[in-house]
Amino acid sequence: MGDVRLMKGNEVIAEAAIRCGCDGYFGYPITPQSEVMETLMIRKPQEETGMVVLQAESEVAAINMVYGGASCGKKVMTSSSSPGVSLKQEGITYLAGAELPALIVNIVRGGPGLGTIQPAQSDYFQAVKGGGHGDYKLIVLAPASVQEMNDFVDLSFELAFKYLNPAMILSDGVIGQMMEKVELSEYKPRWTAEEIEKISGSWATTGKTPGAQRRISTSLDLDSAKQEIFNHKLQAKYRAMEENEVRFEKIACDDAEYLFVAYGSSARICQKAVEQAREKGIKVGLLRPITLFPYPTKAIQEMLKNVKGILAVEMSAGQMVEDVRLAVNGKVPVEHFGRYGGIIPTPEEVVEALEQKILGK
Amino acid sequence: MTATTEINKIISKENMVYGKTSVLLDNEMHYCPGCTHGVIHKVIAEVIDEMGIQDKTIGISPVGCSVLAYNYLDIDWQQAAHGRAPALATATSRLMPEKYVFTYQGDGDLASIGCAEIIHACNRGENIVVFFVNNAIYGMTGGQMAPTTLEGQVTATTPYGRDCAVTGFPMKITEMIAMLPGTRFVTRQSAETPGAVRKLKKVVQKAFENTREKKGLSFIEIVSTCSSGWKLSPVKSNEWMKENMFPYYPLGTLKDE
Ligand SMILES: Cc1ncc(C[n+]2csc(CCOP(=O)(O)OP(=O)(O)O)c2C)c(N)n1
Ligand code: SF4
Ligand SMILES: [Mg+2]
Repeated sequence: MGDVRLMKGNEVIAEAAIRCGCDGYFGYPITPQSEVMETLMIRKPQEETGMVVLQAESEVAAINMVYGGASCGKKVMTSSSSPGVSLKQEGITYLAGAELPALIVNIVRGGPGLGTIQPAQSDYFQAVKGGGHGDYKLIVLAPASVQEMNDFVDLSFELAFKYLNPAMILSDGVIGQMMEKVELSEYKPRWTAEEIEKISGSWATTGKTPGAQRRISTSLDLDSAKQEIFNHKLQAKYRAMEENEVRFEKIACDDAEYLFVAYGSSARICQKAVEQAREKGIKVGLLRPITLFPYPTKAIQEMLKNVKGILAVEMSAGQMVEDVRLAVNGKVPVEHFGRYGGIIPTPEEVVEALEQKILGK
Repeated sequence: MTATTEINKIISKENMVYGKTSVLLDNEMHYCPGCTHGVIHKVIAEVIDEMGIQDKTIGISPVGCSVLAYNYLDIDWQQAAHGRAPALATATSRLMPEKYVFTYQGDGDLASIGCAEIIHACNRGENIVVFFVNNAIYGMTGGQMAPTTLEGQVTATTPYGRDCAVTGFPMKITEMIAMLPGTRFVTRQSAETPGAVRKLKKVVQKAFENTREKKGLSFIEIVSTCSSGWKLSPVKSNEWMKENMFPYYPLGTLKDE
């Protein structure tokens, strides 16, 4: 066993960033995620690894600092919560359009508007379907434990650099605030200038090498024909992600006649609901999407051989359920159960919803 | 002897007294005739060349007529969202402190939509150079009012002249920036005569030297013309600028520490 500790999800994001060789963090305080930057400020990584940590004047500035840092081939990130992530949407679409790798963490709280500071999962559409303008996709990872908050920081950077695309960790106030046992990652050194040149030398704006092609970080092409070709390239990239990067977990699915589909903290609640339902003799399993884009569409379809009905459980009025319905395409009933506005459902409520909405049919 | 061979003979190397810096690319500029952007580009390119910092300089282009500045200067560039160039420059300079980082921004970009980003980059004293091209109008989008548009000035969105009671007042952002302790060098220049261009070049050099010496933020406003937006000929534009802009935006150095 490596370095095992009892830590808050938000603190772990900060710790994992330092340990994975992150070069820069740019953020703006907002509940329930302020501990990310606070932890970094206490840890002073600038003295340890040379990582830059800066409190920006706004989320708009923070995400554009990320754009600048990413343009240099650096591993850079920001974190925020829902209202702040709304402000970041401009920068996020520019990152996608300029094909820049970066990590954005959203510790979701209830909305709309200023909403509440309590946890929610009501930013699914924003994260997965767009949020900003234009045809783009983020790689979206949904941790369901403090351990995954640790693991997904490094994984996000790995995927972001593999596909030259921004990645998002879509978590919520439950996972951000709760304390759990976590095995922290080993330290990885930050990339040297030479390593950056090797990894990102075709595009990183590090100063023009005499005689070599200069590099321009831009999302602009005024020529529509070229812009369409570029969009084809982006779409091909998203299809490759769908082919190669789908991640999910199945719990008690082998003999399942019914299925919960839930991610993040809702998946944790559903895990308990599976136990409670099985005690009552209901053979229900849980499919937990880990990547929300690319979505585990095929995995859901494969479950349809034995499953008679699906309940999508989310702390929203019904967002991810649309992707479940698209996958199922009417073959079995799909219903949604959600509490929202900052309310967290109990496992009992989830079992009751299964009985009423699916078994009752 | 044909005319071309004769011209080629005249412009032979021995006869040359002035050449275009190679940092300025041969791409045809999209700027309107008489536009100040082209002159400012040339000055920046010459200074980068003369200081030998081409391989260490990263430019951040704005949204505005100079969005395509990266087509003209042979350096690495980042193209920012409207108004956000100072945020990109902040991260670039902090993550690569040995580089020369500059933003190049219009008045709409810097003083309106990007007001927060520029004020805070200046307040933090980022080790960058800011070029602020004040032509008192939104050139790119077809000549609408800018924060720097003068009282009474006719634009596409102030067709009866800017009424300050309704729109607020022409903004002296450079004066505001000079007040911030984070800035080291704040100056207002122009580029309408050879003399003005020579002066401009001196301050540009000083600004990049400040970056080299890690002195912090240098801010150069260039009071400029936009003949298309102003609907005047290039010559008339220069006259209008001298008559109307210079009194409100007086040239000179506001701060040099
Ligand atoms: C978010 C956003 N809002 C508006 C625009 C449209 N727009 C493009 S350039 C511009 C004004 C530029 O004016 P200025 O900065 O003064 O530059 P100039 O063209 O005069 O050099 C505007 C409003 C945009 N591209 N993005
Ligand atoms: S519209 Fe104005 S600022 Fe733009 S290129 Fe023409 S003269 Fe220059
Ligand atoms: Mg302008």
